[in-house]
Amino acid sequence: MLKFNLSNHLLVGSLVVIVFFVVAPNLVSAYRLELLTIFLINVILAQSYRLMATTGDWTLCHYILMGVGAYATGVLAKMAGLPFYVVMPMACVVTAFVSLLFAIPLSRTLGFAFFIASFALGEFVRHVWLKFHYPFGGARGINGIPKLEIGQGGEWYFIDFWDSQNFYYFTLIFTILALMILFRIDRSRLGNAWKSIYSDRELSESIGIDVAKSRIMVFCVSGFLAGLAGSLLAYQIGSIDPHNFEMVEMVYLIIWCVVGGVKTFWGPLIGVLSMSVVFELTRPLAEWRPALFGLILILFLVLLPGGLETLPARIRAMLNKTSKQREAG
Amino acid sequence: MSFFLVENLTKKFGGLIANNNISMEVEKGEIRGVIGPNGAGKTTFFNLVSGFYRPTSGKVSFKGNTISGLSTNKIARLGAVRTFQRAALFTDFTVLENVSIAQHMNTNSSLLNAIFGHDNHREAESLERAEEIIEFLGMQQERDTMADNLSHGLQRQLGVAMALATEPELLMLDEPVAGMNSGEKAVMVGMIQKIRDKWGVTVLLVEHDMRTVMNLCEKITVLDFGQKLAEGSPEEIRSNPKVIEAYLGADDSVT
Repeated sequence: MLKFNLSNHLLVGSLVVIVFFVVAPNLVSAYRLELLTIFLINVILAQSYRLMATTGDWTLCHYILMGVGAYATGVLAKMAGLPFYVVMPMACVVTAFVSLLFAIPLSRTLGFAFFIASFALGEFVRHVWLKFHYPFGGARGINGIPKLEIGQGGEWYFIDFWDSQNFYYFTLIFTILALMILFRIDRSRLGNAWKSIYSDRELSESIGIDVAKSRIMVFCVSGFLAGLAGSLLAYQIGSIDPHNFEMVEMVYLIIWCVVGGVKTFWGPLIGVLSMSVVFELTRPLAEWRPALFGLILILFLVLLPGGLETLPARIRAMLNKTSKQREAG
Repeated sequence: MSFFLVENLTKKFGGLIANNNISMEVEKGEIRGVIGPNGAGKTTFFNLVSGFYRPTSGKVSFKGNTISGLSTNKIARLGAVRTFQRAALFTDFTVLENVSIAQHMNTNSSLLNAIFGHDNHREAESLERAEEIIEFLGMQQERDTMADNLSHGLQRQLGVAMALATEPELLMLDEPVAGMNSGEKAVMVGMIQKIRDKWGVTVLLVEHDMRTVMNLCEKITVLDFGQKLAEGSPEEIRSNPKVIEAYLGADDSVT
């Protein structure tokens, strides 16, 4: 029973965005459409990372969790030969389970220790992929993940998701679903209880919120959705290897969340959108691009902590100030 | 079965004995004060009974359950809730939201309920009880103010309101009037009395301010150098030579 208490302009705004994404395949080239698909996957990833950040726990292993989802998809689809409607839920559950294994020891740490320990756990998993040729394929990873399809060739309901337009719509549906779930959580009492942990951990504990349990739960839900992003990624590119899930990808994820902000639901969306545009526009810079992104990260941390989502409030405050000065002058 | 019982409570930090063999009993419906000069071990005592510290030896029991060694959230779930000496609140939220979050453990907010159910923090039924508490404590005017923008006195009041929102049987207040002016103190004292009289909540408070404790509490426990020095009614405490001696020179407000 999904029930929304959206204000009208929010509803209209969401519809406009959804309509844009529905008609997009007719407006852009096939190459751009692939980029849009990747963009949607990144939205799921960034938005699930924001969920982690609501309790104040910034991790360095979220990209690895996405990788767990991708690897689970690779193993289940290729080696076990299972269809996507079995593979995808299982990939999410496997990722949530790995998240649980991560979260239990991590919930005993805080702040910087948590950050670094999450990195160590993530790297451990990445090295497992590298070292074990069976079933992870070692450094070469898993190639030739079976294509996603509904039905068989020739049947009337046959849909081949190897076709980039079909796969784009497939991803869009899951993106909307994931965002709906996260939006519901964001507006729930449970979501508020989780945010309260970030605000004041001791106080949360004193009013009966089990902080350790909540942090583990957030980690698992966030991991579940990172697994979904990973599963979609594996189906989209058809092959995965450990290099897909290196530290640099985690840094991009952090840049999206810093640029957009994580306080509101919209922050990471703005972050992924703006940085994806910058990423595409700076393709000619080639190897200078990481340096540029590093610079952007530093500039935002120094000049606009809180990210783009805080910009309207800042501008409003500035306008108020100047109008007051004018009145005074 | 005693309502709240402290037996031979001892806490050592290395070689330092912060609390030594303290025993006391609080009856249901009482307002009990724990006082003592600086360094008497009040804060350690408070942290022990509220679950922030684990005692070296001895035990604390509440309604027959041993609570020493339990985590603070478990103790809160049993019905003994603490407040903080500092102005502890969720600064990014309004007064109403703060109180509403504090009701968390009495609501059925599960993950599935959050995603598929009617668990929306803006819905009227979620806020009904929070409104009631705010009205009871006379904070309606500040209902939609961000907690961060309240005055110190109001922030401390909000802390008590949040503790009350958990529907406790025992309210443990850590220096409830610390840093307040006389007007704010009077409001806080009135609030604590009202909580006990109207809602029957037992109150245990640790406080530095003598006048407040003498006015508010029916029974007072005095700590000095980590040990229990005296216990009795305000009159008994006021005339107890050991108490006067302990406070002499440190604080002469025992009047």
